[in-house]
Amino acid sequence: MSGRFDELMARRGEIMKRALGMDYAAFEQSPIAFDYEGMMTAHGYSLDQIAAIQTKAGVGNTPLLELRNMTDLVRSYSAPGHGARIFVKDEAANMAGSFKDRRASMSIHVAKEKSYAGVVSATSGNYGAAVASQAARYGLNCIIVQETFDSRHVGQPEIIEKSRICEAFGAEVVQLTVGPELFSHMLELLDETGYFAASLYSSFGVSGIETLGAEVAREMTELTGAPPTHCVITHAGGGNTTGTARGLKRAGATETEIVSASVDLSGLHMASDADFNRKSFTTGHTGFGVPFATWPDRADVPRNAARSLRYMDRYLTVTQGEVFYVTEALAKLEGLERGPAGSTAMAAAMSLARDLPSDATVVVQETEYTGAGKHHWAQLNFARENGVEVRAGDPAESVPGEAIVIPERPEQIRAKDFDMGKMRRSYVRNALSHAAEGYVPTGDDIEFLAEDTNSAPAFVEETIAQLRKA
Amino acid sequence: MLLEPSDRSPNLPPETADKPLMVWVKGFAQADAGPGDEVTVETMTGRLVTGRLSAVNPGYFHTFGQPIPELVRVGRDLRVRLAEWRARDSAEAGGAR
Repeated sequence: MSGRFDELMARRGEIMKRALGMDYAAFEQSPIAFDYEGMMTAHGYSLDQIAAIQTKAGVGNTPLLELRNMTDLVRSYSAPGHGARIFVKDEAANMAGSFKDRRASMSIHVAKEKSYAGVVSATSGNYGAAVASQAARYGLNCIIVQETFDSRHVGQPEIIEKSRICEAFGAEVVQLTVGPELFSHMLELLDETGYFAASLYSSFGVSGIETLGAEVAREMTELTGAPPTHCVITHAGGGNTTGTARGLKRAGATETEIVSASVDLSGLHMASDADFNRKSFTTGHTGFGVPFATWPDRADVPRNAARSLRYMDRYLTVTQGEVFYVTEALAKLEGLERGPAGSTAMAAAMSLARDLPSDATVVVQETEYTGAGKHHWAQLNFARENGVEVRAGDPAESVPGEAIVIPERPEQIRAKDFDMGKMRRSYVRNALSHAAEGYVPTGDDIEFLAEDTNSAPAFVEETIAQLRKA
Repeated sequence: MLLEPSDRSPNLPPETADKPLMVWVKGFAQADAGPGDEVTVETMTGRLVTGRLSAVNPGYFHTFGQPIPELVRVGRDLRVRLAEWRARDSAEAGGAR
């Protein structure tokens, strides 16, 4: 890389420390372990205080809806006595149209408290809209850095819409072509402006999602007499899974099974200029979901607050065609026209509910706004224009980037279980490879790795022994 | 342009590595300029950024596009299915499920 970016990356720690207003070094315990709970609670806000900040910011307390038609549709092809009740938390009702408002409201509140003049965030997704909206309310300047175009200056309609909405809220939108250097440019902007880094992965942002889990636990108890048996969460960088699961647990829903769900985009390279516009999902997919679960600290903060393996009981993948089909079905059967990425968990939930007894309760904990560009029709038309085949058939025949196969019948929707053991082993390997060469993990490190992967010390030790042999 | 191909991050796929990293920002021009001219703009946050003028007052033209033929029948088919199943279910079990 050029000297300018080398120099910036060398100063990364110093720039981020100033821009986050928080010294992560205080939580480090060893080359592997750190005090996760200490980091998560260092901001000092209780769950009630977070809820109060969000209520003032116009965020949260979204409707929880039972989807009786979707439930009966699933029951129409389930085995007798099967077909769980399906519910959805309509997060599109937040100010900027998604659960990301919960994250942004906390980040922006902290930025204002700490007297920053503005905020910078690198995001091509709903988080940009949320940050821009909250920054507008708090009177802060806002720069959103987006990976928008391929080298032909062509962008996905969904991302173009995100540029528009950020500008609608008064943000400066910096649009880039494909590449990981987006991060260096964000550092450059933070350095130039002195603004706050409204990272998706700070403890402020992820704590902001805990209210969502707590609302689900409380509202389900009011509605059905108990917290949900299952909560299905669209998974990308891990914040949604982490924050929701933490909130559920804090509200006493310790038995709820946490099911993360992503769109399968295996085989497409996230830094590829050619693959960029052959993806019909810009988030909620395995291209983020797997790397962030297996190495969360790849994020733009020294330690990622979103550590999904700690909380995930199952990880389901669905195809793009299945999600588009379910997005259409949700509009036609439930009168809920919502954005496709937010329906990822809905597709997984339909598959999951089919295999559960009819007294089980499955909550899909988000929806997102929809509109021109950010709509399943727009994404499918764009896919066709970019040489991706779109056809009706068996979604099992989908090939990411080549063919989107839209189910002909709802029983063709079958989520696949991703191997959790493989992800946990991959995480342990990554944690070891990021420590200095020859570093021998201590007993405390083994404990930390077991907690961070929701496994047991024996599993971690066995994984380390296998890695040594290899 | 932010980076020439030779200055880009290592380990990029070849189809990305051989392209420059480009950046676009919008702002209020500080002087008259025509397409392709070097111009300095003041952005919404007050930053001064200099580059080549690529567009004047660019708009947004993203749409929904045409209905997707593979999806247009979904609503009708599922409503029929649901009604048929409910009729059968209540006839068989008296809605006991």
